[in-house]
Amino acid sequence: MDETVAEYIRRTVLKIPRDEIKTMLQKWGLLSETQLQTINFRQIKENISQDVVQLCEENSADIKQAAVLDIIYNHVYPNKRVWSVYQMKKTGEETEFFDLTDFKKKFKRRLRSALKNVTINFREYEDNAIWIRIAWGTPYTKPNQYKPSYVVYHSQTPYVFISASVLKSNLPLLCQALVLASNYHDIREMELRSHSLNSLKDIVFKRYSQNFQTHYPRPLQERNVAPESADLRIIQENKTEKERIERVNREVFGDGPQPKLEFAQYKLETMFKSDPQMDVLDKKEPFRCLVKFSSPHLLESLKSLAPAGMADAPISPLLTCIPQKARNYFKIRERKHFFPGSFVSP
Amino acid sequence: HLATSLPLPPERDHLRPRIDLVAFMIDIKSKYSLKNVEASLAYVDDSFFLGKVCFLVTGVGRVNYCSIEMNAIRNLGEVYCSPVLFCELEVEGSQVATAQRLLRMLEICAGHVPGVSALSFSSLMRNCADD
Repeated sequence: MDETVAEYIRRTVLKIPRDEIKTMLQKWGLLSETQLQTINFRQIKENISQDVVQLCEENSADIKQAAVLDIIYNHVYPNKRVWSVYQMKKTGEETEFFDLTDFKKKFKRRLRSALKNVTINFREYEDNAIWIRIAWGTPYTKPNQYKPSYVVYHSQTPYVFISASVLKSNLPLLCQALVLASNYHDIREMELRSHSLNSLKDIVFKRYSQNFQTHYPRPLQERNVAPESADLRIIQENKTEKERIERVNREVFGDGPQPKLEFAQYKLETMFKSDPQMDVLDKKEPFRCLVKFSSPHLLESLKSLAPAGMADAPISPLLTCIPQKARNYFKIRERKHFFPGSFVSP
Repeated sequence: HLATSLPLPPERDHLRPRIDLVAFMIDIKSKYSLKNVEASLAYVDDSFFLGKVCFLVTGVGRVNYCSIEMNAIRNLGEVYCSPVLFCELEVEGSQVATAQRLLRMLEICAGHVPGVSALSFSSLMRNCADD
């Protein structure tokens, strides 16, 4: 077995939390049950990985098999990477039957014709998700297994989730190969990025609880809200206002958990509005400014702003439109109307 | 009675007892809370500022998160001749101690302590400013 393969397997095993190593190796399937029995999974990870490499040596594992373990690890821990969402477009209306073998063949062929040195792995999962791992090389160097790109494609949808490696130069080629292999005509990057792959899927597949615009009058005298404080001596003067805030918030955000995003970024290209007497900027140029919101769970924190008294309800639609518009990167330009304002560009 | 801002909603006027003490809470981490308090002060009748108003500043345990300057708070206390109490309501010990202080002040403001009236608070304030 190649030294580089051994080292790669060793490092991949070291990434896995100790309690998960056995399960992942079983999923991998390269080592037999009897071989796995010989490993002591209670020793330190350093030693476990050495034992695993030893056994892989006996099975003469190659780089493609080692890459499968990497896919399994990333499938269980996708949140360690940043994922971007891409949408593919078809000009025709026909929904062709998706042929997996055909897809794989076309994909590999396109990549290999451009780059001789690539390692490509496919793995299918239950929810129609196809995971593709690509390790990139150059015409003169072997593929770098430590900086692979990941693609998750749900064949029944036009959406592709890509976690590109640092080597962004291969992105156009990757996109081209995807479009060709899946019989689409075009692909565009959506302005939607996050660590949480499942949340991105929730947003584009509309799986989160949305606020439906129901126009029925709010039933009066509905006191099904449990009293906030058990102590009846505390009297809330602004109970009606609090209830209004809760209601408005629920209408905007819905009742269920929010998809998990870490950032929202707004690039402002609007004119600076100051007191005309102050005349801060003599040139009437757009004032370029970047506003970035970051949080471990951005949408939940936005949802709790108004009830916590830190912002007025309803919250600005620029913030609340994030799941509906399926984007968290915005460009705001001046509205070219009679009235000064701003609009969100597509 | 807890309120988020002043003026109080008029629909509850008939249910409200006499108000003996108004404690304005300022969260040192939020400029918004200071602005809110400053706006609400305009709705307080002048007679309250003879010892029946105090400022409660919370969040002082975490120096790194201060959004409000100490000068602004000291100024507020001086301008309105009212005591400023600092506390950390997220710590149980401080919670209890602050509640006890407020309760003591309330007893005095409500006239339950013979010989001491709310006016004493204002005179205490002036002494501190002199030295």
